[in-house]
Amino acid sequence: MIDLIGREIVDVFLSNFWSIGAFYTLALVIVVSGILVVLMKNIVHSVLWLAVCFIGMAGLFLTLDADFLAAVQVLVYAGAVCIMVVLGIMVIRRADMKLSNPFNTQVYAAAGVVALVLAVCTFLAAKTEWLVSRARVPERTVEAIGTLLLSKYVIPFEVVAVLLLVALIGALLIAREVKVNAGSDAGQTD
Amino acid sequence: MPVLTPVKLIDPVAVLSIGPVHYVILSAVLFCIGLFGVLAKRNAIMVLICIELMLNAVNINLVAFSKYVTPADFIGQIFAIFVITVAAAEVGLGLAIIIAIYRNKVSVNLDDFDLLKW
Repeated sequence: MIDLIGREIVDVFLSNFWSIGAFYTLALVIVVSGILVVLMKNIVHSVLWLAVCFIGMAGLFLTLDADFLAAVQVLVYAGAVCIMVVLGIMVIRRADMKLSNPFNTQVYAAAGVVALVLAVCTFLAAKTEWLVSRARVPERTVEAIGTLLLSKYVIPFEVVAVLLLVALIGALLIAREVKVNAGSDAGQTD
Repeated sequence: MPVLTPVKLIDPVAVLSIGPVHYVILSAVLFCIGLFGVLAKRNAIMVLICIELMLNAVNINLVAFSKYVTPADFIGQIFAIFVITVAAAEVGLGLAIIIAIYRNKVSVNLDDFDLLKW
C-alpha cells in the first residue's frame, strides 16, 4: 500500500517535473520577496524586493501560458511602477533612510486579522472541487488578446485609456508646486 | 451512522499535480502579505506598495482561472490587463497625493494624516 502510493508520487513527480519545479521555485521567490518587502527597514530596499517579486510573478504568468501578460508585467510593474515609487521616495527625502519603514502600533491586531483571512482562504481553496476545463490555451495568445481588445472589449479598452490620461493629468495637477504668496494673481500656480 | 473517513491534511499527489488550487493558495498568501503591510505600516508610500502587492495577487488568480477554466476565451487575461492599467493609474495618483500632503505636513506618517478630522 505504502509502496503503491510512493510509486504514484514518483510517477506524478517525474511526469511533469518542470512545471512542478517552476511553480514551487517561483512561488518561493514570490513569497520570500513579498515578505521581505514588508519587513525591510529601508524603504528603498523594500522597493527593490518588490521588483524581484514582480519579476517572479512574470515567470508565474509564463507557467500559466500568458506570455503577453508576463511581458506587460515586466514592463509596467518591474519597469515603470518601481521606478516611479523610488522617485517618489527620493522626492520625499528624510534624514535617516535606514529607519524609513517603521511599523505602527497595530502590528499584532493586523497579524491576527491576516492569519484569519489566510486560514479561511486556504481552507476554502483546498476544500473546493475546482472544475477544470480540458481545453488547452492556444499557442498564440498575443494575437487573440489583441483581436479581443479591439473587437469585443473595445469600449472598456477606450475607457481605460481615458482613465489613464485623466489620472496622468490629475497627478500632474495635484503634485504641481503651489506658490504660497502669489500676491495679486491668486490662484496662479507655478 | 456514517463512517468517518480520515481526512489527510496533505496529500502528496495533490501537492505535486499543479492545478488551480495551488495558484489560488499562492495568491491568498501574497494577498495576505500585502494586507498585513497595509494594516501595519506607518509610511504612506509603503501602504501604496503593499496595495500593489494585493492587486498582483488578484492578477495571479485571474490568469490562473483564465488558463484552467476558460482557456480559449482569455477573459481572465484581459481582466488582468485592465487591473494592471488601473493599478498604474492608482500608483501615479497615490504618489501625487502623498507628495502634495508631504508639502503641507512635512510627513509621510499615516498617523499624521488627520486633515479631515474635526
